[in-house]
Amino acid sequence: MTTMPVQGQNGPPTVVRVERLRKVFPGVVAVDDVDLDIREGEFFALLGPSGCGKTTLLRMIAGLEIPDGGRILIDGADMTFVPPNRRPVNMVFQSYALFPHMTVAENVAYGLKVEGLPREEIARRVDEVLRLVRLEGLAARRPEALSGGQRQRVALARALVKRPRVLLLDEPLSALDAKLREEMQLELSALQARLKITFVIVTHDQDEALSMADRIAVMRAGCIEQVDEPEGLYERPVNRFVASFIGRINMLEGAVRDTTGDRIVVDVAGMGRLPLAADMPLTRGQAVTLAIRPEKIAMRRLADLGAPAANGLRQRAQVDADRVVVAARVSEWAYYGDISYMVTHTLAAGLRLAVVFANATRETVEAFDIGDEVVLSWRLADMLLLTS
Amino acid sequence: MESWRRHPWLFAGLLLPGLGWLVAFFLAPLFLVWLMSFGEKRGIVEIEITWTLANYARAFAPVYLEILGKTVWIAVLVTVITIVVAYPVAFASAFSSPRVRPWLLLAVILPFWINMLIRTYALIAVFRTRGYVNFTLEWIWNALGLDVLFGPYAPLQLLYNDFAVIFGIVYVFLPFAVLPLYAAIERLDRSLIEASLDLGASQVRTFLSVILPLTTPGIVSAVILVFIPALGSFLIPELLGGPNAYMIGNVIAAQFKKANDWPFGAALSFLLMYATFGILALRTLLAGRRTGGGHATGKEEAGTWA
Amino acid sequence: MGMTGGMTKDMAGAKRTGGGRLRFRRWRWRRPVAPLDYGRRLWLRLWVGTVLVVLHAPIVVLMVFSFNNSKRNVVWRGFTTKYYVKAWHNESLFEAFTNSLVIAAVSTVLSVIIGALVAIALWRFRFPGKAALDGAMALPLVIPEICMGVAMMVFFARIGWPVGLPWPLSLGSIIIAHVAFSFPFVAVVVRGRLAGFHREMEEAARDLGASEWRILVDILLPWLRPALVAGALLAFTLSLDDFVVTFFTAGPETVTLPVKIYSMVRFSVTPEVNAASTVLVLITVLVTALALWMQRPERLAGKAAGTVADEGGRA
Repeated sequence: MTTMPVQGQNGPPTVVRVERLRKVFPGVVAVDDVDLDIREGEFFALLGPSGCGKTTLLRMIAGLEIPDGGRILIDGADMTFVPPNRRPVNMVFQSYALFPHMTVAENVAYGLKVEGLPREEIARRVDEVLRLVRLEGLAARRPEALSGGQRQRVALARALVKRPRVLLLDEPLSALDAKLREEMQLELSALQARLKITFVIVTHDQDEALSMADRIAVMRAGCIEQVDEPEGLYERPVNRFVASFIGRINMLEGAVRDTTGDRIVVDVAGMGRLPLAADMPLTRGQAVTLAIRPEKIAMRRLADLGAPAANGLRQRAQVDADRVVVAARVSEWAYYGDISYMVTHTLAAGLRLAVVFANATRETVEAFDIGDEVVLSWRLADMLLLTS
Repeated sequence: MESWRRHPWLFAGLLLPGLGWLVAFFLAPLFLVWLMSFGEKRGIVEIEITWTLANYARAFAPVYLEILGKTVWIAVLVTVITIVVAYPVAFASAFSSPRVRPWLLLAVILPFWINMLIRTYALIAVFRTRGYVNFTLEWIWNALGLDVLFGPYAPLQLLYNDFAVIFGIVYVFLPFAVLPLYAAIERLDRSLIEASLDLGASQVRTFLSVILPLTTPGIVSAVILVFIPALGSFLIPELLGGPNAYMIGNVIAAQFKKANDWPFGAALSFLLMYATFGILALRTLLAGRRTGGGHATGKEEAGTWA
Repeated sequence: MGMTGGMTKDMAGAKRTGGGRLRFRRWRWRRPVAPLDYGRRLWLRLWVGTVLVVLHAPIVVLMVFSFNNSKRNVVWRGFTTKYYVKAWHNESLFEAFTNSLVIAAVSTVLSVIIGALVAIALWRFRFPGKAALDGAMALPLVIPEICMGVAMMVFFARIGWPVGLPWPLSLGSIIIAHVAFSFPFVAVVVRGRLAGFHREMEEAARDLGASEWRILVDILLPWLRPALVAGALLAFTLSLDDFVVTFFTAGPETVTLPVKIYSMVRFSVTPEVNAASTVLVLITVLVTALALWMQRPERLAGKAAGTVADEGGRA
């Protein structure tokens, strides 16, 4: 549904273009008129909850599913209905799909044998790619004798050895345990940067997408909600879904009060009137959501402010030209070792605000306890205005 | 699972009827036949067990060796044809939509339930000189005006020869072959086929390099299910082949019904059984070398299906 | 293989309507086939279609021609049911039919009992020689029919089985032979069902004080009921349809339906034979359909195919 503006001539060329792509299964529209541009050499991620259509989209690019509408262009050529064996695209399957009746070397060589290359060259390239994925000694092993991580690398090697224009990866790290996953994330990023091949990865894990990808497309129910760099998705989400899907966020409901002047005033129930800069047209009375990321909120003990200020804050929040200050009480606390995650509720209206801060010193951990009265403050400029 | 000693009486009650029946009415008869294969005729009904090997020796006489050879040849041909015909059917069934699949499988299995005799008999009406095939060909001949050019249609001799026997055995055992092939293909991991295509292999290449090797156990099962009964075929060659297509089954039957040479028939019968066991042992060996092979046997599989 | 070349026409059929939405004319006869959608490929469909037609046509024609008003039954000369009447009144044919039913009924009962008992014994107990018994039980399933037929013939001759017994007893030898090759099939079916039995039920009953016999009857038997029914129907069709073993085992005066049809076939091909065959076919199909229908809620095809799949699927 959202149209991605086509990259201008000064950016890297588009290697995969998806136009109005549509796929319908009985009873459900899996991919709903999606437009997408994937640029050469980038690490692109399709991110979304299960059932959002990201895997279907990937499979259509691979040629394993036939679209019901729209088209797919690879290097400018219409490949919508071209069979998968004739596309310059290779896929790493979620289950790895290693041929059980072949050794590692035979698996990797399969794609090259199909091309009819001479035996020496095949052997050379297989060796090369096995070294690349650090599987040198395992060429004669069978898939059943490999660990999960090793199998994944064989699947990777098998696809990479063909030097595809685009490498597609379907949830490549989902079957690995946490430590291995972290390792592989770094390895994949490094590999991609080194080989400069365009990677398109499908994942439901936002940490994975944020850490590995150059650009991410967030999908929901067959549509692309936003395509942006990780920072753009995090700091400038276009709607509530993207804002809450990526990272943690506090949402405050409000209505537009005043649209005149250089700033919009939004009336937030339980907090007062907040003036914000807005880059979109709004009408008076329109319902909007204001959001603030937990790490953008500073937290101190209410008592530190002194009695008169504290008492004032207990009644209402204090909003000035560029900050919001509000009093709250700590209700929950989760300790993550490096950070603390605290859930508070405002004293005046009971609004829920989550705060995250680094445990910068050993004392930080002990600074707050459940039931403590605290004062939260954040910059108005750090708030997000969401209308959908 | 507990030791039989815990409930000896219960155990006896459960086991003895079956064991008794098996021993008395299956193993004992086989044993008698085995004994008889070493016997000699001493009159119309008298047979003396002299432990002679003459019967076995006679089985290797040229005339019988020829029939044995022909039987093996027909069984091999039949097996190959059946597998080739059955594989696409099993393949299409395994990849058909879930709505269509049960009906498709039913349509393939249905003839298998019908009495083999009746199915063979039905073929007679199809293949005889004044049968449906010849009628249709004659109609086409006349319709194309060939009777004006070349004279009246000469009916094809489709019955009482090797062709009829081969067709008949393939016809009767085809459903037998489809089932294990279907089971093997259905179990195939679809993503392997997708991976092969994605890596650039054509459909044909994918079939030969990935699908076929991975469905080999199913093929082996199907081969056993067809080859062994084909080897011992008696009814089909008799009804469809006549004296021109004699197989070892006919010879055995003749010894017991017409020629009244039971010792010789016994010897032939046991040669057939040794061949059967040999093939099964071979298959177990191959399966054992592959992974940790199983022991389910031919008709047992068919039995669980019917 | 698997070409979707026709679909480029789809692109040519694209139209731009107002609002920038592309719409496509559906080309009905050549919707592209996905790479793995083998069930929709034309050549496979033709192959399967041909095979099915060739498999079914002769039998269908046979059944249709049982209504043919022509003695030599070569060309169609009009509809009649007189050959069914003729067959019904054919004494020896009718006698053969009755014999078949009686033999099938008796051998089914015996096979189910014996087969179930053995299956339970094999499932529950360890004993010396168990592997040998397992192998021996597999023999009747594997052995070429003619070998078994011949063995039965020799056996009954050698032990001097009385010939010329009065009616039901004259079927004895055939019944014995049928049971011998049927009960292992029943055992296989029952063992399959036993594999899914939760022993906790049995242990709970024992804990509550039930005797072994009670447990068997009250707990195990109800669980086995679908397998017993399936096994019974299987044994019934095996017996009813058997030709080779019966052919060798039966004496000259006892005839079953398949054997009788065989002798009629050797004589001449009349619609009467077709009629008798059609009756046999219908009974078999109905009984087997019943067996399938009764098995469906209890055991999906996957379970029954488990044995087959175990063999076929090892890769």
